[in-house]
Amino acid sequence: MTTTADVGIDDKLLQKRLDKAMFNRRLRAFMLVLPILLFLLVVFIIPIAYFLFQGIYDKTFSSIMPQTTEVLSEWDGASEPTEEMFAALVADMVVARENKTIGRVATRVNRDLPGSRSLFTSSARQAARLEPPFMESLPEVKDKWGEIEVWQAMKTASRKFTPGYYAAALDLKLQSDGSIVRQDEKRRIHLTLMVRTLQISFLVTVFCLLLGYPIAYLLATLPVKTSNLLLILVLLPFWTSILVRTTAWIAMLQSQGVVNDLLVFFGVTPDDARFSLIYNKIGTLIAMTHILLPFMILPLYSVMKGIPPSYVRAAKSLGATNWTAFWRVYAPQTVPGLGAGAILVFIVAIGYYITPALVGGQEGTMISNTIDGHMRQSLNWNLAAALAGVLMVVVLTLYWVYDKVVGIDNMKLG
Amino acid sequence: MPAPNPLVQFKNVQKSYDGKILVVKDLNLDVETGEFLTMLGPSGSGKTTCLMMLAGFEPATHGEIYLNERPINNVPPHKRGIGMVFQNYALFPHMTVAENLAFPLEVRKMSKSEREERVRKALDMVQLGEFGSRRPAQLSGGQQQRVAVARALVFDPELVLMDEPLGALDKNLREQMQYEIKHIHENLGVTVVYVTHDQSEALTMSNRIAVFNDGVIQQLAPPDDLYERPDNAFVAQFIGENNKLRGRVSLIDGDYCVVQTTEGVPIYAMAINVSASGEESTLSLRPERVVVNPAVGSVPNIFDARVLELIYLGDHIRTRVSLLGREDFIIKVPNSADHAFLREGDVVSIGWLQEDCRALDA
Ligand SMILES: Nc1ncnc2c1ncn2[C@@H]1O[C@H](COP(=O)(O)OP(=O)(O)OP(=O)(O)O)[C@@H](O)[C@H]1O
Ligand SMILES: [Mg+2]
Repeated sequence: MTTTADVGIDDKLLQKRLDKAMFNRRLRAFMLVLPILLFLLVVFIIPIAYFLFQGIYDKTFSSIMPQTTEVLSEWDGASEPTEEMFAALVADMVVARENKTIGRVATRVNRDLPGSRSLFTSSARQAARLEPPFMESLPEVKDKWGEIEVWQAMKTASRKFTPGYYAAALDLKLQSDGSIVRQDEKRRIHLTLMVRTLQISFLVTVFCLLLGYPIAYLLATLPVKTSNLLLILVLLPFWTSILVRTTAWIAMLQSQGVVNDLLVFFGVTPDDARFSLIYNKIGTLIAMTHILLPFMILPLYSVMKGIPPSYVRAAKSLGATNWTAFWRVYAPQTVPGLGAGAILVFIVAIGYYITPALVGGQEGTMISNTIDGHMRQSLNWNLAAALAGVLMVVVLTLYWVYDKVVGIDNMKLG
Repeated sequence: MPAPNPLVQFKNVQKSYDGKILVVKDLNLDVETGEFLTMLGPSGSGKTTCLMMLAGFEPATHGEIYLNERPINNVPPHKRGIGMVFQNYALFPHMTVAENLAFPLEVRKMSKSEREERVRKALDMVQLGEFGSRRPAQLSGGQQQRVAVARALVFDPELVLMDEPLGALDKNLREQMQYEIKHIHENLGVTVVYVTHDQSEALTMSNRIAVFNDGVIQQLAPPDDLYERPDNAFVAQFIGENNKLRGRVSLIDGDYCVVQTTEGVPIYAMAINVSASGEESTLSLRPERVVVNPAVGSVPNIFDARVLELIYLGDHIRTRVSLLGREDFIIKVPNSADHAFLREGDVVSIGWLQEDCRALDA
């Protein structure tokens, strides 16, 4: 490095040389991380941004039904639909039927107005044969076309940028006039699910902490030989597929499973009233705690390993009982590991998917199972994106709260 | 000298960690009230182990330890009331300096006002009055060290143990801290058991020094005794600089003896650790007690030596000579006005008093 100033070199020159040396160094460092940066950009940041974008952007209706979209944008959403609107709709339907895209329109409008799917598909089949005035001929095919609801739903669907999906993710409903109201009572499912997801993640974190802390302590204090063996046992689950572990829990917990058999055998419960330990919240909690336990143990262990025994000894020599020495001196120093473990478990848990899907049943599934359902079954990617967006905001908020309360710098992974 | 009522007594204490090797072998040691006793010895000699047994963190495998004439083998550490300074200080990192000092008072359920008063006094004692609200990590090594000392003393223990508390400090700071700890000891009258493997530290600070080797106390004596009257070859070699000569005892006459070197040259020495003629013996002789060009008849031991090397050290000239077949015989020639001028290759006559030469174990 050119840090030693030769006599006669003025400050500026030295600064320049230093900058040059530092620039080369930074450039080299940057080149080293460039591949991973590109990789992250291509496979992580761009896809996620694109996906989340879909939560507010939906051009299905407007691109397939351009004429209808145009006239709907001028319609106030309350007055009777005009002949112009009917004509545009029929024209669009004819084209959409030829292009075989009418199904997508039907699906799209059906989201806002359930039961309107067949309205589109069957009307489109006859659209080409219809004669003007369409105001009269179209309702003859399906009299629902006379109802203003259908037109309002189409107006809502025709918006390219729409808060509708985020509203839906929060159990709200976007109306055709742009106002947002609460969803019908029986269709409010997402908030409940969100609360349940948070609750399960929180409980799993607490259970992992209660179970993991003593194990980590044991690992950190036992002689190396024994602790290495134990550490292997802790890591063993990592070498087994999650699927295998989860199905093992099914074998353990189902009503004819090992646990219930034992409980019956010892007379804890009669044979005809076995506990339901799986396909519900209990099953999800047990299996997820088991699977996420290492994420709690490892950071705790590495932090505890770094606490010299002299601290506790010092506390005792100063007159503290074992209990006081532990709580006042040892435990506070494990907070960084605790924080890291807790946040790791919580964040992995909140997006957990396979285990709740397999053992969660009805009441033990989580938000990610619903997101998955929207992506693979109902093919409502926009709603999936909105739900994922809400989940991300929740996680970031919690992260922010955590930073305020505990402090991220205080976190130590190893 | 068995003290009338020693504060601490080790009686036949043994310790083994693995059931095979005794790291402390039959330790008998009395620590008197108010004294500054240092355990000095090479690495692995069992000093820390002794301290840990006294503090209660390691159980003695055999024997009893008494504190105030009460056996404490089964008393847990927190009930022993012994202050302790650890080598890495063990200041609680999540507490401020003041909280660290208040900790022992808090667990003793002392009132808040008294606590504050004592913490303030303790901080003043180590000249860290303004640092109460800092975290240990915000202090320098020397300041942390002082806090550790203050914390070990703040609850007025009768006995304070220090395990190489200055090991992590640089030389200047270490010397300064040596004096500070010594003064605190003198002012408070507290009993200190101190562990170090730095002999000058031990000589500076202690009332008595217990020299450990291999799990055994080799000698327990005040610093001057230890240096001038070592009991055995290990102590002579371990404390200060030492010239060794080997031979066989040919005559013992009361306190005096004659040792025949392998070349058959007789050396007149003090019989310290030899009991019969025919025994192997190591002679110990401090380099500063060797006289260059002694007047004939003034000393019983006079030999010719060839100068091999001269090192100028300011206050003295360290001279290595070849003597009686050994090439590592050291003489310290004081840099006084009339000292002998030597050159490499010179053959000079050197000698020493019988009283300065001690015949020790082989
Ligand atoms: N916890 C332990 N388990 C097993 N052996 C130990 C343990 N602690 C110390 N020993 C062994 O006991 C012997 C004495 O150790 P000790 O720590 O008392 O030495 P020491 O005199 O304090 O040395 P140092 O000056 O290096 O600190 C050593 O051989 C050491 O290997
Ligand atoms: Mg030691």
